[in-house]
Amino acid sequence: MITPPRDARVRAGLLLLGVLIAGAVVGPWIAPGDPVSINDVMGTRLKPPFATGERGAIHVLGTDAFGRDVLGRVWIAARLSLAVGVAGSLLAGALGVLLGALGGWLGGVVDRVLLAIGDAMLAVPRLVLLLVIAALWGPGLPTVVTVLALTGWMGVARLVRADVLGVRIQPYVEAATALGVPSSRLLVRHVLPNALGAAVVAITLGVGNAILLESGLSFLGLGIQPPAPSWGNMIAGGREWLLIAPWIALAPGIALVLTVIACTLIGDGLTRGGPASVDERARS
Amino acid sequence: MRHTLPRLVDAVLLLWLVATLTFLLIRLAPGDPASLLVSPTASVEQIAAQRAVFGLDGSLLEQYGRWLGALLRGDLGTSLALSRPVSSVIAEALPLSLLLGGVSLALSVIAGVGVGGWQARRVGATSDTIATVITTALYAAPSFWLALALLVIATSGPAVFGAPAWMRLPAFGVHTPAATLSGWPAIVDVARHAVLPVLVLTLTGAAAIARYARSAIAEAWRAPHVRAAVARGLPSRALRRRYVVRNAIAPIVVLVGLALPGVVAGSVFVEQVFAWPGLGRTMLQAIASRDYPVVLGLTVLYASVVIAANLVADVVVQSLDPRRRSA
Repeated sequence: MITPPRDARVRAGLLLLGVLIAGAVVGPWIAPGDPVSINDVMGTRLKPPFATGERGAIHVLGTDAFGRDVLGRVWIAARLSLAVGVAGSLLAGALGVLLGALGGWLGGVVDRVLLAIGDAMLAVPRLVLLLVIAALWGPGLPTVVTVLALTGWMGVARLVRADVLGVRIQPYVEAATALGVPSSRLLVRHVLPNALGAAVVAITLGVGNAILLESGLSFLGLGIQPPAPSWGNMIAGGREWLLIAPWIALAPGIALVLTVIACTLIGDGLTRGGPASVDERARS
Repeated sequence: MRHTLPRLVDAVLLLWLVATLTFLLIRLAPGDPASLLVSPTASVEQIAAQRAVFGLDGSLLEQYGRWLGALLRGDLGTSLALSRPVSSVIAEALPLSLLLGGVSLALSVIAGVGVGGWQARRVGATSDTIATVITTALYAAPSFWLALALLVIATSGPAVFGAPAWMRLPAFGVHTPAATLSGWPAIVDVARHAVLPVLVLTLTGAAAIARYARSAIAEAWRAPHVRAAVARGLPSRALRRRYVVRNAIAPIVVLVGLALPGVVAGSVFVEQVFAWPGLGRTMLQAIASRDYPVVLGLTVLYASVVIAANLVADVVVQSLDPRRRSA
């Protein structure tokens, strides 16, 4: 049995995230009309929230400039945004664990080179790195996930490195060394499992961050490309209708805010007593 | 202070590493600015000539040597798209970013520490919970979306509620187009244009600082020596200034140090939404047109500001907190 988390913030965050995931799974099926392809544009475009569409279906959040149901698109975008956020953060975390463990375990030149590269990458605002790489290597889904991974490993690597350095001097590691356990097995079986605690929290915290960054890249046209909906490119698309049909841009933003709040709550609860470490999010 | 010199050497080495990595990152990317900027009917020879003009001929190592040598002399090169020195492109956009960033950072610190400190005195109360919900929501909101939401409110709100025209804030650019204002009216005009972008940056910045300040200040209030001082009956003003602020200020200084680079980086999103021609927008345009020298110059500038800000924050923290005056 999994015991329910004791912290109220974690519970609230998980509940909110659960609702969003459920919506992402079933939402697109319930939505009236096809949320991706373009239908009878003139008859159905720019309907306000709760307007009745064809065959009596209700557009809860209205329709966009091409007559597509906004709520249905928000849910489809949720699939992409959540998947990109989780994948980006997990890959970045995996890279961070790998490089942090290597540096902490091998020490010497490897450690110093990895530390220097990490420091150099932390010195450039993450958003700038993301923009440069995404723009130069051509935007799209694979690029977004790759750049999120390549620019997000430094924090996790630092944590894992510090923990590996702490664990490797423990008596049980010494004992295992004395028993002749090979170095690689020692690292993977005895040291790493005890050096992952902080990294897991950091990776969880990174999901919300990655979702925000993806939406930002997509907003600038450097992330997920239309017609595939992502919250960021939906907001960008709604920008020109802002004064006539504000719901097109506002709805995906609210979904985005709720998702990031859920991730923040879970992260706050896991680190206890509020934000324990300042994260280098793309505030710029 | 005797620990400052080796750190300075480290900082310069780090800056060199950033410059080198950025150079590689940009120059190994596919695509060629020369072929983008000549006419589509240009011959191979014409493109090659254009590459030579841009300094993109020769081996990568040669180009790197040339660029680094120029950088050491303080020469950032010439913009490929604008045919102007990169330093003048930056010099034009920098004050505009500093205006937005400086004002909003100052307001963020005041509002953030104020709200966080106010919450720290009532942790767990309903008012604290409401404030936490608001700051968390603002912290979670992407700045470009917040900017658009404010834009809707500021442009259509006054009209809907029949407010006078002067309350409708301009949402694009720095000046009213084609206006020939000077003196006081010109300053008012720029200030009116700056209200919305500064508001967005302040809301998001203050929310982040408030979340952090709340836990830092609450922790300072819980410290045993503060409780002892309360028990001794010290007036709350003296208590706050002499016992609480002194302990809570170090983490807040670190936070502001981390926020500084964002100021110079110019909020990319906010500048983009409000068409504010600062560094962030310059960066976006340079990336779009593969203007290598401008992208490189701006990245090196950002990195030097980040590194300098970290260094300054460390020194300030050391002078504020005797325990950190290292062993």
